[in-house]
Amino acid sequence: MYQFSTAQELLAMCEREKAGIAEVALRSEMEASGQAREYIWSRMEELYQVMQESIKNGLAPDRKTLGGLIGGNAYKLQQQMQKGCLSGQTVLKAASYALAVTEVNASMGKIIAAPTGGASGTLPGVIAAFIEDRKLGDEMAVQALLVGAAIGKIIASQATLSGAEGGCQAECGSAAAMAAAAVVYLAGGTAEMSVDAAAMALKGLLGLVCDPVAGLVEVPCSKRNAIGTAHAVLCADMALAGITSYIPFDEVVEAMSRVGRMMSPDLRETARGGCAATPTARAYVLKMNQLRTEQ
Amino acid sequence: MAVSLFDVVGPVMIGPSSSHTAGAARLGNMARRICGHGFQKVELLLHGSFAHTGKGHGTEKALLGGVLGFKASDERIRDSFALAEQQGVTFSFAEIDLGEQHPNSVKIIFHDGKTTCSIIGSSIGGGKILIKEIDGMALEFSGEYPTLITRHHDEPGVVAKVSAILSQYGVNIAFLKVFRQYRAGEASMVIETDQPVEPEILAQLEAVEGINRVIFVDLDE
Repeated sequence: MYQFSTAQELLAMCEREKAGIAEVALRSEMEASGQAREYIWSRMEELYQVMQESIKNGLAPDRKTLGGLIGGNAYKLQQQMQKGCLSGQTVLKAASYALAVTEVNASMGKIIAAPTGGASGTLPGVIAAFIEDRKLGDEMAVQALLVGAAIGKIIASQATLSGAEGGCQAECGSAAAMAAAAVVYLAGGTAEMSVDAAAMALKGLLGLVCDPVAGLVEVPCSKRNAIGTAHAVLCADMALAGITSYIPFDEVVEAMSRVGRMMSPDLRETARGGCAATPTARAYVLKMNQLRTEQ
Repeated sequence: MAVSLFDVVGPVMIGPSSSHTAGAARLGNMARRICGHGFQKVELLLHGSFAHTGKGHGTEKALLGGVLGFKASDERIRDSFALAEQQGVTFSFAEIDLGEQHPNSVKIIFHDGKTTCSIIGSSIGGGKILIKEIDGMALEFSGEYPTLITRHHDEPGVVAKVSAILSQYGVNIAFLKVFRQYRAGEASMVIETDQPVEPEILAQLEAVEGINRVIFVDLDE
């Protein structure tokens, strides 16, 4: 009764039940798993707790990552926020949180894949920053996570969330779409607006390649998560303004899937193209290999 | 199969990579639960991308952490090499060519001084795994359900006897797959259930004629 794998189905259920995306997503999970509402809710609540912990841990100035390519950037952005900033307080906070989570991820710390480890910063960054600045409380955060997860579920059902299969558009693109839909929900927008925001966010990152330097989940991954937060918030604002996506979300997802299949394997997480193939990246790989042989 | 919301937001994991770190830890943990009883030495043989890009993802630490019994969300994974030494577990890593297996695959061999037990498994993305071989017998399961595995002689009636015992105890079979090497040779059954299979039921299954061995792996949560 509540199973959906497209946005069209999800929106039809919201209409039928006179309920929001969070509620329909919750009921679909209850139905599919046979678990009680309280169980699903408390699991999602736990995930939000871990997200908040990883944000806190990642704001330290001296974070050491596996490859040493990033670390301390979340702290720097927090300092900038206090000096006054161009992007706006909440967006900058969201971006700093996204950097924090990805720095924790890159240093073998505990995070929530959202939808993957490489794209774990955007969704918690946007949700936590808005919850804090607008004083919305943890209950709203859980509902926003349900909305984000519902969008991710549609992408996983129709396309892929894996960079190795679809490039970064499938990871950071999906994360931004999930975050955009979630923040529209937090701002009191309709289900249609959430889906439109997700469509615009994914469309805006269509074709993004997965090109991790030295195969590490550091450059350009961490900053793409931060950029994804601002991208998501702008798409949410457009949707809240009544701007719609000319291409419906389900078709954008299908397009993303097709673009992913057209992408050369060099641009799908193999560290052979894009940023990973630049002289600076190659020099780093050479240096690391020398270090390892010496050990 | 329907995608769960917790497949999309989740799992809780130690970074940096759901396939190279979280999946690796789950593989190690699953291998331990299948055949890591009282082992003193473990060999971890890395195939494909696990061997080539594993270092930068902490794949070795995650695999070993799993073998020590840690979950994919356990922060002790970072220190698994030192913790293995403390526990008196000898370990070694090497490269292996497992042929057509998924690029993120590993063969794990446990030694308890007398016998060995080996597992081949793959990390297929998003922290999801597949066990592909136990002690040389090809099979396939994900560990997302309570899973019962038999090693038995390929003869008529074994599947029926097993399903009869399960039904008698109210255990519902979600998925059932049968594998064999050749006709009337050694075979294997993988039964994924909706309920855990209690020791009492396992004892009854072990007594079934034709069955040589029964392994049960419960959910890791």
